[in-house]
Amino acid sequence: MTIAFLLGQPFAQHALLAAALVAVTCGLIGPLVVTRGMSFAVHGTAELAFTGAAAGLLAGNNPVAGALIGSLVVAVLIATLGARPRERDSAIGAILAFGMGIGILLLGYYHGFATAATNILFGDIFGVSGSQLLILVVIGLIVIAVMGTLYRPLLFASVDPEVAEARGVPVRRLGLVFLLVLALTVTGAAQVVGTLLVLSLAITPAAAAQRLTASPLAVVALSVVFALIAADGGLLASFGASSIKASVFITSISFAIYLAARLAGPLLRDRRRRHPAPIAGPAPEPVPSHNGSPARARPHDIGPG
Amino acid sequence: MTGPGGVALSLRGATLRLGGTLIWENLDLDVAPGECLAVLGPNGAGKTTLLKVLLGLLPLSAGTVTIDGRSPRRGSAVTGYVPQQKDFDRDLAIRGRDLIQFGVDGHRPGLPFTRPRQVDAVIAAVGAQDYADAPVGLLSGGQQQRLRIAQALAGRPRLLLCDEPLLSLDPASQQEVITLVNSYHREHGTTVVFVTHEITPVAAFVDRVLYVAAGRWAQGTPDDVMTTEALSALYGSHIDVIRVHGHIIVVGGDESAVGPHHPLRGDGGHDGGAARGRRRR
Repeated sequence: MTIAFLLGQPFAQHALLAAALVAVTCGLIGPLVVTRGMSFAVHGTAELAFTGAAAGLLAGNNPVAGALIGSLVVAVLIATLGARPRERDSAIGAILAFGMGIGILLLGYYHGFATAATNILFGDIFGVSGSQLLILVVIGLIVIAVMGTLYRPLLFASVDPEVAEARGVPVRRLGLVFLLVLALTVTGAAQVVGTLLVLSLAITPAAAAQRLTASPLAVVALSVVFALIAADGGLLASFGASSIKASVFITSISFAIYLAARLAGPLLRDRRRRHPAPIAGPAPEPVPSHNGSPARARPHDIGPG
Repeated sequence: MTGPGGVALSLRGATLRLGGTLIWENLDLDVAPGECLAVLGPNGAGKTTLLKVLLGLLPLSAGTVTIDGRSPRRGSAVTGYVPQQKDFDRDLAIRGRDLIQFGVDGHRPGLPFTRPRQVDAVIAAVGAQDYADAPVGLLSGGQQQRLRIAQALAGRPRLLLCDEPLLSLDPASQQEVITLVNSYHREHGTTVVFVTHEITPVAAFVDRVLYVAAGRWAQGTPDDVMTTEALSALYGSHIDVIRVHGHIIVVGGDESAVGPHHPLRGDGGHDGGAARGRRRR
């Protein structure tokens, strides 16, 4: 089978489309995940999407619906048990371990194809049926719509929650919305790269982008582009080497981009720094003030005011 | 004065308890439009909580608080807020101009576009042109604080609330921050509430001082309040206020507040005394 032949096949086209959609959602959400320090939450949600998928397989041979419900439940659990940043990681760890245990129990009862289980863990976009692809498209569109609406206040709340709250941003409610959107994204990504490898699309491209620029819009754009290159590039590569799963290529491309960004980041930063000088210089006097040095101008006289 | 002017603040019999602990009580305070008030007191005296009340983030347990006759509302366009000095993470992918942009529209839905012209004006006003495009985490504490103030000013506030903006800054940066706040205050007639634990740097710039300690309070001009007599009365134990070359040093103020009723206190009563004991760890 040649790549050209495969590209003419509907299943391959569907797979490329699904991968692109997943890449866009992951690329959008990734910078916020990195800024909020929530990589572990992504991992936790993905692992429990596995449990949900196992339940879905067992109940109605529908791992996508199961994964969706599983990850949404986990998002609410993380928001409830890990509301404070300090306790979030430990709460996720506790939920994750328990959830995986349930997943293994459920798989024990499953007597269908053995590959179904590994497909959940390591991804197999070709194993997803047409109706399930449709679910993925709907999920992707929801994520894109929510991100397009809430990105700015979410970023504000992630960078500086205290000031954001004072400015009227509903920080806690947005945090929950973000976890739910994250759950949707993870469910979608898990179909392409598997629950174990979701981080390669949800974290790595964003982490690479943040090494290259500090402009929020540029970060989002680069993160989406990197995720697209990894997801669709990996899929195309797997067309050429059909014995190797697409997720292997996707994670490899994603990591290669990350390494390149880690190497290029300091160089870019140095070049930028040669022009402006972000080191404290003499204080400019922006607007005329009535009194140059209040501290020293204070006279000694003390008396009733 | 060219700006939109300041707002009037008023607290009447304001009492705040958090989780059963009395923070302060029966606080009466009036700040006229365009006035600058310094809020002083030891750690844990409830200075930051007073700002939270003014920001509409905490309700009073008793009494009333109004800003221009209305209750404080979270996210009010009237209020600008400079939080406690805290360095941004080195790897944070945010530039100074993005931070300032948040002050304009960070609370509104949409994508994080920056509008150069609007933000450039604020950047120029605070003199941050040289580093506004660098990642904030790589800037010095003074530069970060300058950007935070720019963020608060970007919304053209009529009430500016600053929470310990001088903390952990070197004296030169402290002076820059004070000059910045003061010049905006003078130019726009903005009402300013400036929380600080040190009076010296701001003594010439503030009109009035509110000193809170151990659930009680005293207020007046810096010269009225920052005296051995007034602070000893407030703390209920002997406090020395020493003035050396324009520096005002409070000796023995921090954790020594115990004692009986006194005319200057905000009439706390016995439960106030008990709460003081609980609050201190």
